[in-house]
Formats: sequence, structure tokens, C-alpha cells
Amino acid sequence: MTERQTTGMTGVEAVEQAYRDHWSRLLALLVTRTRRFDVAEDALQDAFVAAARTWPEQGVPANPAAWLVTAARRRVLDRARREEGDQRRLPLLVTDPVDAGGAEDVMDAVDGAVEDERLRLLFACCHPALSADSRAALMLRFGAGLRTAEIARLFLVPEPTMAARLTRAKAKIAVAGIPLRRPVAADLPARLRVMLAVVYLLFTEGYRATAGPQLQRPQLAAEAIRLGYLLGELLPGEDEIGALLALMVLQHARRDARLDDEGRLVLLADQDRSRWRHDEIARGLALLRELGPPASAYHLQALIAAEHCGARPDWTRVARLYAELERRTGSSVVRLNRAVAVAEAGAPEAALALLDGLDAALPANHLVPTVRAELLTRLGRRAEADAAYDAALRLVRTDAERDHLARRRAAL
Amino acid sequence: MEYALLIYGDEKVWTSREGEEARTHSERHERFAAALQQRGVLRGGKKLALPGESSTTLRRDGDDVSVTDGPFAETTEVFGGFYLIEADDLDAAIAVARELPEDVVEIRPISGM
Repeated sequence: MTERQTTGMTGVEAVEQAYRDHWSRLLALLVTRTRRFDVAEDALQDAFVAAARTWPEQGVPANPAAWLVTAARRRVLDRARREEGDQRRLPLLVTDPVDAGGAEDVMDAVDGAVEDERLRLLFACCHPALSADSRAALMLRFGAGLRTAEIARLFLVPEPTMAARLTRAKAKIAVAGIPLRRPVAADLPARLRVMLAVVYLLFTEGYRATAGPQLQRPQLAAEAIRLGYLLGELLPGEDEIGALLALMVLQHARRDARLDDEGRLVLLADQDRSRWRHDEIARGLALLRELGPPASAYHLQALIAAEHCGARPDWTRVARLYAELERRTGSSVVRLNRAVAVAEAGAPEAALALLDGLDAALPANHLVPTVRAELLTRLGRRAEADAAYDAALRLVRTDAERDHLARRRAAL
Repeated sequence: MEYALLIYGDEKVWTSREGEEARTHSERHERFAAALQQRGVLRGGKKLALPGESSTTLRRDGDDVSVTDGPFAETTEVFGGFYLIEADDLDAAIAVARELPEDVVEIRPISGM
């Protein structure tokens, strides 16, 4: 943890800063020691309330994290005394003991890295026995440290709905005995894959929203990237994390150019490159350079994204990367993208052949007839192109894309 | 913690097992139970008679009690039996359930309150 300069900050700013810097770490610390989510969250919340009351008047303590944990520990003890013998409370969370558990130990841990505690908590949040929705919400709560109201906004649900979802998920962890534990080496690859899938799902929902009035929700994508960096810090040397991070950073760097002034999606080739975040692209490319040979689907996708960030993509290389990605994933969507790349590489007839069978595999996807229509147009087969545009127009769902298709067909 | 491993399956598939196949299957269960016993984590378990030929359901509605033929719910996948095991946590229970020669196993913790 880097020490931040707290002098010169008002008490209120210092509390907000402490929340951003320390909430997730301190919560992981408290959860693994109290073995209860509710006690840990309430105690830490009370500690921040106390900080908000006293810091502006009495000044910001030299070590805010230690101050907060001391305050939280007092609440934990109060609560334990009050609830002794309460029959209704949830069973204690399953976790391996964390050292001796004495006061000095916790104070040592506050200034330490807390990586182990954080990882234990995050692996529990991404356990396959939880629903995908629960996993995503828990990761935003305990990984990104967002408040319930913020998570509800990102998921476009009312706050009580999100609060209930989080409560249910935490109860499941306790009652089902989902352990707060780093998986054994044999299980790590599968469990890490689930964790990365959770992060990527959050990112894609932000990158191309499936719900809500906006086509992209950059805050959600940004939170996913923050989680990616966190996992990279907690599990150094895992190439798959670096690959996913590179992929997300490169895609996110184009966010300002992906929509036009009316909020419509702009195709990659038509995007205003001056609106790309070139510092972020450089960071994504640097992340890619640190990786070994492509070993994951994320890595191949990141390499493709990197090609698209250059002045002119090498379409032959893009087509090759998509072919490899298709071999690994067997995905029809990947095949569709591969067809586009093959066409751009100068082989529209070969691209057309790649579309065979895709209508059956993706019957509701308007992009299959859209791509076919574009290829047929390019090959000068106007009547067939016209029919393909018809098929695409029957399937398309957003107004923006319908307008685009109608314009293309009219131009035939 | 204690967990129940609840075994579900297609009644038709279960009744169609005969002779050698049925014997092999019950031997696999015996081996599974023996292995758990040896590890000291088996707390109990029973195979139930298949519902189609055996179930009776009682329903209470106020003071009325009705008794009817058949299972509580008519579904293709029926409850066939259970094991009661001791495991440190859900991951350990899942590892045990994986050794079962069955396609669908629901893992439920025993409420320890």
C-alpha cells in the first residue's frame, strides 16, 4: 500500500480518501477474523461514521487505517457481547485461522499487505456455487469496495433489490459452507477462470450494455478494469489475468469514440482516432508485451484489439488470430468476426464461405445477414445482397442499426 | 459441517437397470460408502424405494387431512436416496459428491441450529 499524503486535506476529504484506500482491505481483514459478513460490515461502517464525526474536529490521525480498525474492533466486541446466545444468526464463515488473532496481530496486518485475506474473500465471492448475478454483485462490493446503492445503479435495479441480492448471496456463503480460502493448486486454474469470467462479464456489460437506455456504461467497465488490476496484484505471474487486463484496457481506451453525438454506435473504421485515449492504449500494449506466448482466449482477443489500435490493422494477422480463437472456443460469433477479417484481408469469397451454417447457429443474430449483405455488395451480387439486407432488417433490434442497414440498402 | 448428498435421477432409467448393470451400480455405491466409512466421514444414508410404485402423500389443510397415491411432485427427475456426510466445507462436500456414481447430486448442508 502506498502511503498517501493526508496533510492539507480536510477531515471530510480524508474520510472519503480512507474509504477508497482502505475499505476493501479492512473489510477482508475483519471478515476473516470475525467470520461474519454482517458484523464485519456493520463494524467498519460504524468506524467510518465515527471517523466522519471526529476527524474534521480533532484532526486526521497519523495512521487512518489503524484508527479505523481499532474503532471497528470495539464495535465487533460490543456486538459479540450483545448477541451472545442469539439463535437466529447465521453459522460462522468457514476459513482457515489467521495467525493468533490477538490485537497486535490485527494491528500488524493493517499495515501489511492483507493479500491473503483479500484473495480468500474474492475466491469465495466467485465460487461456482453462487449464481452469476450474485458473483458479479459480490465482486463489486468486496473487490471494488462499492456501496450497495452504487452497485444497484450500475446494475440498473432499485437499491432494495440489490441489498436483498447481496444479503442472499452472503447467507448462501455462510449456510452452504463456501470456504474463504485460496483454492488448492489443482483447482486454481478452474477457479481463476470463473473469477476472470465474472470480471469480463462486468466489463462487457459496461462496454456494450444489454440493458438500460445507454449503449455503454463506462463506469461499470472502469470498475471491471480496477478489479483486473487488483487481481493482477493479488495473483502475480498469472498470464491470463494480464491478458484479460490488456484486452479490457485496449477496448476501454476507445470509449469516447464509440458513440456519436446522438449516442449511436460508431463502427471501428469510422471512429475518430483523436478521441481514443492513447495513453491507455500504450498501457494496454505494455501489458501485452509482458505476457508469454498466447495461452488463453483473452490473450488472442487482446492481440486482436491491439491490431485495431494501430494506424492500419494487419487484417491477415487478425484473420489468423480469429482462426486460432475459433479453434479454441468453437464460437460462432468468433467465426463471424473471422469472416469479416478474411474479407478485409482481400478474400470476400472465402469470407462468404465462412458464413455457411452460421444462420442456423445464430438464428436471431442480425449481424450474420448484415455481414453477408456487405460481402455480396462488395462482390457486386446486388440481388442477393438486397435479400440479405431484408433478412438483416427483419432481425435487427435497435433503431440506430436499423437506420444504418436501411441506408446501406438504399445505396445499392 | 454435515451435508446431505441428495441423489436425483430419471425413474425410468433406474427401473430399466437389470442384472449385471444393476449389480455393478450397487457395487459402486457399496465401494463409495466403504471408502467414506474408512475416512470416518460417513454419518448415514439410505436408498429409497422408487416413488412411482411406492409413494403416498399426506396433505394437511386446516383440520382436513388427505392421503393420496403418488409423490409430492410429478417430475421426471425423482429423489432416489441420500448420504449424510461430514465435510469441512462445501468444497470438500463437492469433492465427495464427485465420487458418487450418479448424474445429479444436490448438496445441502444440515442446519446445525
